[in-house]
Amino acid sequence: MIQFLVHEKTDTVGVATVDIQAGETAEGLYMDTQDKVKVKSLDDIPLGHKVALKDHPVDGGVIKYGHDIGKVVAGIKTGEHVHIHNLKTRRW
Amino acid sequence: MRDTKVMAYRRENGRVGIRNHVVILPLDDLSNAACEAVANNIKGCKAIPHAYGRLQFGEDLRLFFRTMIGTGANPNVAAVVVIGIEPEWTNIIVDGIAETGKPVTGFSIERTGDIGTIAKASWKAMEYVQWASELSREACDLSDIWVSVKCGESDTTSGLASNPTVGNAIDKLVDMGAVCSFGETSEITGAEEVCRNRAATTEAGDAFMETFNEYNTFINDNKTDDLSGSQPTKGNIRGGLTTIEEKAYGNLQKIGRTSKYIGVLKPAEAPDGPGLWFMDTSSAAGEAVTLWAAAGFVAHFFPTGQGNIIGNPIEPVIKLSANPLTVETMSEHIDYDCSAILKGEMTLDQSGGNLLDMLVRTCNGRITAQEVLGHEEFILTKLYRSA
Repeated sequence: MIQFLVHEKTDTVGVATVDIQAGETAEGLYMDTQDKVKVKSLDDIPLGHKVALKDHPVDGGVIKYGHDIGKVVAGIKTGEHVHIHNLKTRRW
Repeated sequence: MRDTKVMAYRRENGRVGIRNHVVILPLDDLSNAACEAVANNIKGCKAIPHAYGRLQFGEDLRLFFRTMIGTGANPNVAAVVVIGIEPEWTNIIVDGIAETGKPVTGFSIERTGDIGTIAKASWKAMEYVQWASELSREACDLSDIWVSVKCGESDTTSGLASNPTVGNAIDKLVDMGAVCSFGETSEITGAEEVCRNRAATTEAGDAFMETFNEYNTFINDNKTDDLSGSQPTKGNIRGGLTTIEEKAYGNLQKIGRTSKYIGVLKPAEAPDGPGLWFMDTSSAAGEAVTLWAAAGFVAHFFPTGQGNIIGNPIEPVIKLSANPLTVETMSEHIDYDCSAILKGEMTLDQSGGNLLDMLVRTCNGRITAQEVLGHEEFILTKLYRSA
């Protein structure tokens, strides 16, 4: 069963389509290429929330929809929950 | 093959409406009580109270008149009674609505008082309701239906499924030759260059950037922090959206893959031809849908993630969601459940077709969730303080 979706092949995060438990190896799908992808989740990822598909250093970007969606303010490891505690807008 | 004919009301000016409202429209806050009394006396009409209409000036006053006249002129409205405190501004609205050819009469309260005005306006409202009740629906093309789009309480399921569903339906409608519009100027922040590139012409793209920059400057001049207290909203964040950029890319999914916008409209300005139009609007749902209704749009697609429950008194709001939690816990608010996309059980193209089917049903008379539940948010956009 697909547990997360990724908009585009270049994206660095996936979106949980069910609640994913910490420690689970979750199965995902790239929506553009239909390729499958797996990630071992390090955190609980609630439905709709983002899981990191790669390591993200501080001050780097997170890519979703093929575009940069903000600045990393705390290092993110592959499988971690990506949200307001580690990602901020570059605007406003 | 989808049925592209709908049974709707063709008005005196040729525009097509899908509802047959008789509206009791107050010029100003002072006239709300009389309008509500008339709507209480006469069954089958509706008052649309609001908070403004006094001592506005300049561009703010022009927007006010455009909004009030446009609301009465909307083809979902069969006839209008306008009540104002004094006759001059009341008549500006009456004369503006009368240009459509539909029945409209104004009453003013000074030198009569509420009770006498309510009596006179009630007689006129009764005449209009009985007249409108004998108007018939006739076969019209689906492309005659002007459709606006705006999302609310979005989450990541909006960007994955419900917004692209709307986008797919918009691509199909624009291909048919319909008039469609999107807006939410502030919520394109972060994706403005992508939006500029979706313009049909350089002029339209430049006009968009000018509008966007003006709004962005206004936000930067007035913000108290990084605005993350209100954009994304607390509901957006609960649903997994983190930044305005992420929200903006999700938002733009609503204009589909192939449609290009042909021009930029001021708030509540009516477009003058078929195609997709950008309108300069707030991203607050009640304000934005009120502006589209005033511009003449007769149906609205409203994708939601966490469950925004907005409606409008004259422009039916068709709500869709792909969030399985929302469609389960708030099912009374949702007209179309597209959560099957998230499970891989439905394609976006199928979903866009399903949404068009719901539009056809709504045009033919199906009452939306918002209409059944009485959500009639009529919220005027105010540009600055009154004098």
